[in-house]
Amino acid sequence: MTPTTIADAGRRLRSGEVTSVELLDSALAVAARTEAQLHAFLTIDRDQARETADRADADLAAGKDRGPLHGIPIALKDNMTTRGLETTAASQILSGYVPPYNATVVDRLAEGGAVLVGKTNLDEFAMGSSTENSAYGTSYNPWDITRVPGGSSGGSAAAVAAGSALGALGSDTGGSIRQPASLCGVVGMKPTYGTVSRYGLIAFASSLDQIGPLTRTIEDSALVLSTVWGHDPLDATSYPGELPDIMSGFGRGVDGMKIGVVKELSGEGYEPQVESAVSAMVENLAASGAEIVEVSLPSFDIALSAYYLIAPAEASANLARFDGIRYGHRAAGDTTESLMSRTRAEGFGPEVVRRILLGTYALSAGYYDAFYGQAQRVRAAIQEDFARAYGQVDALVSPTSPTVAFAAGARTDDPLAMYLSDICTIPSNLSGHPAISVPIGLDDQGLPIGFQVMASALAEDVMFQVAEEVERLAGFDKTPSLAEVAS
Amino acid sequence: MPVDIDIAHVAHLARLDLSADELEGYKNQLGLILEHAARVQTLESDATMENAHPLALENRYREDVRRDSLDRDEVLAQAPETRDGYFVVPPALESE
Repeated sequence: MTPTTIADAGRRLRSGEVTSVELLDSALAVAARTEAQLHAFLTIDRDQARETADRADADLAAGKDRGPLHGIPIALKDNMTTRGLETTAASQILSGYVPPYNATVVDRLAEGGAVLVGKTNLDEFAMGSSTENSAYGTSYNPWDITRVPGGSSGGSAAAVAAGSALGALGSDTGGSIRQPASLCGVVGMKPTYGTVSRYGLIAFASSLDQIGPLTRTIEDSALVLSTVWGHDPLDATSYPGELPDIMSGFGRGVDGMKIGVVKELSGEGYEPQVESAVSAMVENLAASGAEIVEVSLPSFDIALSAYYLIAPAEASANLARFDGIRYGHRAAGDTTESLMSRTRAEGFGPEVVRRILLGTYALSAGYYDAFYGQAQRVRAAIQEDFARAYGQVDALVSPTSPTVAFAAGARTDDPLAMYLSDICTIPSNLSGHPAISVPIGLDDQGLPIGFQVMASALAEDVMFQVAEEVERLAGFDKTPSLAEVAS
Repeated sequence: MPVDIDIAHVAHLARLDLSADELEGYKNQLGLILEHAARVQTLESDATMENAHPLALENRYREDVRRDSLDRDEVLAQAPETRDGYFVVPPALESE
């Protein structure tokens, strides 16, 4: 049987039981069977992937081992640039764009011997929670193909859940790795801001964007993270200091740890089955020896409001570069200004236009203090709340998403309802702290429920320690029926 | 109460050439979103956000090392219109 985790595949590659080419063929075979229903990928580059896999096998045979991702099929969200391979951020405005450079994470995956299966679907410019804002069509959830996979890294989550890649990279600005991981029953992790280079990540909101892994297991999450993170002089916000030893907490359990349950991330709007699964896991953690305390973080109640001012404000500035002059789509115009304004109106989809307008308004003269300035004060209050909490506890826990995967189309006409999908994940973006979603079970419709573990800045070791115990206690080993049918 | 917005002005600032119908639709949606976003004004704190980076990094200078820039032809190959190594645009200034 083909390995389903990176760790297992790595062991079997090194023992000679399986080759990188076989792992790739298996991933591509799953893609061939499932893509018509899932549409997880925007681009699959078979020839290049095959060449990389061949080289990985030859290197390993020659004793050259590039690390834990050597020979492993990995998928990449299509908002990270790949030299010579089309990169669209799921926008019409970048249709046909072939970057002249690699994102730093792409170079690091290549140096680590990973095999790039393809580029995955997302909400246009990573703005959304369902992939329904992709200009190239929605992705669907492998657990129920009438439902969304979440977003914005929905293609990456669906690919890992279905098995068309053993791991993937996503980007997380307000929950865009963790929420789709939760909805697709996989592990999704956002590291501390600044620990993974943003060079070559097509910017949405630069003070919040962070790249991270989507995988089947906690161990795999750490293996991918260890390959891509670390200081990069090409990213001015990259963290230059020492990184935590993320494997140090593995196998240690939570005995004696203090874990806080966030009071504000429960109640109205949360599905009862999500709440009861999360509560049951908290009780299990207590049984494993953790001291559980309820923590109140009052600023969380207005975190979503602050996010929907700060993120669009930064987006409105970042997306100014798409003007039809240097790359991408161009509309006709008699003057440079009319060319730009028409290009942008034609090239951006409705959610992107909405956020650019929102951000432009929030930054415009006369409104700056009441909206953007005040949102930044809320951000400071959130950081203070977190700091107070981490003075008392080692980690905080909550649901990842208030609901399981929702039906395609259910929230497309109501932007606010869509935004509420990210209510549990946004605070860790505003604070810059690491957080991870771990699958802990299925609801009675067979849809995955995710459990979020948050930790302080650069405390990924603590986060993984708790997350690994959650994974062990949940014993979640189910795969979606689509993959079962397909295999 | 929904926030009232001069949407045509905002669209012009953002260089988005939108139709009257589109403007009306966005105006209504933005009004509702901003009504929710205005909850940030309920914060009772005078905290300030001077540094959005959670690790409070100090400004750093990189080593002054020569590095190849991107290949000009490869970069220009992505442009909709070029001539003699330049990007081509319509007139930026209107003539009298």
